[in-house]
Amino acid sequence: MRKFLKRLLFLDLIEGLVVTFRSQHPKHIYTEQYPAQSPKVAERYRGAPRLNINPENGETLCIACNLCALACPEALIVVGSERNEQTRRKELTTFTYDTSRCMFCGLCEDACPVDALELTQDFELATYTREGQIWDRQMLEEGPRPKQYKF
Amino acid sequence: MAETFLDSSELVLNMGPQHPSTHGVLRVVLRLDGEKVMGTECIIGYLHRGVEKIAENRTYQMFAPYVDRMDYVAAVSNGLGYCLAVEKLLNVEAPPRAQTVRVALTELNRIASHLIWLGTHALDIGAITPLFYTMREREEILNIFEKYCGARLTTHAFRIGGLQYELYDGFEQDVSAFCDMFPARIDEYEELLSGNRIWVDRLTNIGVLNAAQCKQYGVTGPLLRAAGVRWDLRKAQPYSGYENYDFEIPIRENGDTYDRYIVRMQEMRQSVRILRQAIKRIEPGPIMAKVPKVIKPPVGEAYVSIEAPKGELGYYIVSDGSTQPYRVRVRPPSFVNLQALEPMAKGALVADIVAIIGTIDIVLGEVDR
Repeated sequence: MRKFLKRLLFLDLIEGLVVTFRSQHPKHIYTEQYPAQSPKVAERYRGAPRLNINPENGETLCIACNLCALACPEALIVVGSERNEQTRRKELTTFTYDTSRCMFCGLCEDACPVDALELTQDFELATYTREGQIWDRQMLEEGPRPKQYKF
Repeated sequence: MAETFLDSSELVLNMGPQHPSTHGVLRVVLRLDGEKVMGTECIIGYLHRGVEKIAENRTYQMFAPYVDRMDYVAAVSNGLGYCLAVEKLLNVEAPPRAQTVRVALTELNRIASHLIWLGTHALDIGAITPLFYTMREREEILNIFEKYCGARLTTHAFRIGGLQYELYDGFEQDVSAFCDMFPARIDEYEELLSGNRIWVDRLTNIGVLNAAQCKQYGVTGPLLRAAGVRWDLRKAQPYSGYENYDFEIPIRENGDTYDRYIVRMQEMRQSVRILRQAIKRIEPGPIMAKVPKVIKPPVGEAYVSIEAPKGELGYYIVSDGSTQPYRVRVRPPSFVNLQALEPMAKGALVADIVAIIGTIDIVLGEVDR
């Protein structure tokens, strides 16, 4: 009898609706207004790659050891180097990083012995062309060109 | 074809691969007699990426990020299974600190996977609200993953021999805050669903799979436990120190869709219980065992299976002594559990197919690999 009354008065449905209305308060809002409001990603976030330079003299930290290229599962890093005849050292000439094939696993930055290659917190990687996804040395060092959103 | 009152011919209906309730790109060919399902046939392979073949062309470390892409809602569990299998080949064991962190992250991932299941399953049945709430709580878990290893979904959290990343400051606080908050949220979902007449009527006695059928089809995970079999690899073959944790295996008797719902809800509560114990046990120490830079396991083979959120997840690796595995075979729980669709769906109505596919909790990335 009680069960019948409960069914007749839609008590089970009202119970659920109470939960729904409990979450209507504006302080429970979870939606982020991207891109007007950019989310703050964690410090360890694995996003766009960057080739670090020495801030004092602007020289690259990369020693062209090729370890990142060997560690990459997709083999998307190509390191070009040249032996300097005076210092007998390998010097970096070109560095290409194909972000279109990258899965941001972080193996390349783990492999880097001098912390030159790093995955940064930047996650906006969209481009207009496929070629634009292939980052050259200049782009890796200076970061992608600034973008602007219009509303 | 069964005898019916009105003579009718069989209708063949394709459900999927673009159907939203198939949770991916599953195509089910339904043979219908009116509203009644006379038979099903699953056509898979739309998401096949040849992960097992890729493994043969990658070194052991390189393959680790790929396993995350199989069951992408439980990437951490996949990573754990693969790392354990290679560790067994190498005959090394992760240090205690790494093992405890692994347990904590895997249990967080189990909750995240069950939350996705609950939200989408309820959405299929017609209850839209739980999806928003489960996503909200999953966000908290993904934030912990992001802070810990830098990625949210395909985490690549574990490495062979231990962990790559040290815990961030405040990991314990984040997890215990989640543990304090979450049981009340499960109560909230149960308030929304458990007593709801539509939910109960749509789920009880739908897709019944008894214990004998489960064993016949090799079904594992919550489907097996809902049929009354007390089988959980965390208890049956403990790995990563699960034997030291105090938790229960929730089981139910009927093996219908409602029981599977109850089992998964209770599993989430048990995961919170394990998490509470795990964060108390994180002790200082190394996080990486002694593993050479170039991993060259001795010739041999190893099979390791773990209790993933969806069932038994096994990795069988054959090594020929080189830096690349000779063969990697994955035993994915979703793929095996999907076989049970036919016995569960036979005789059901078309609308119940959606509930049955939802209750198996498949991820097509894992079914097709």
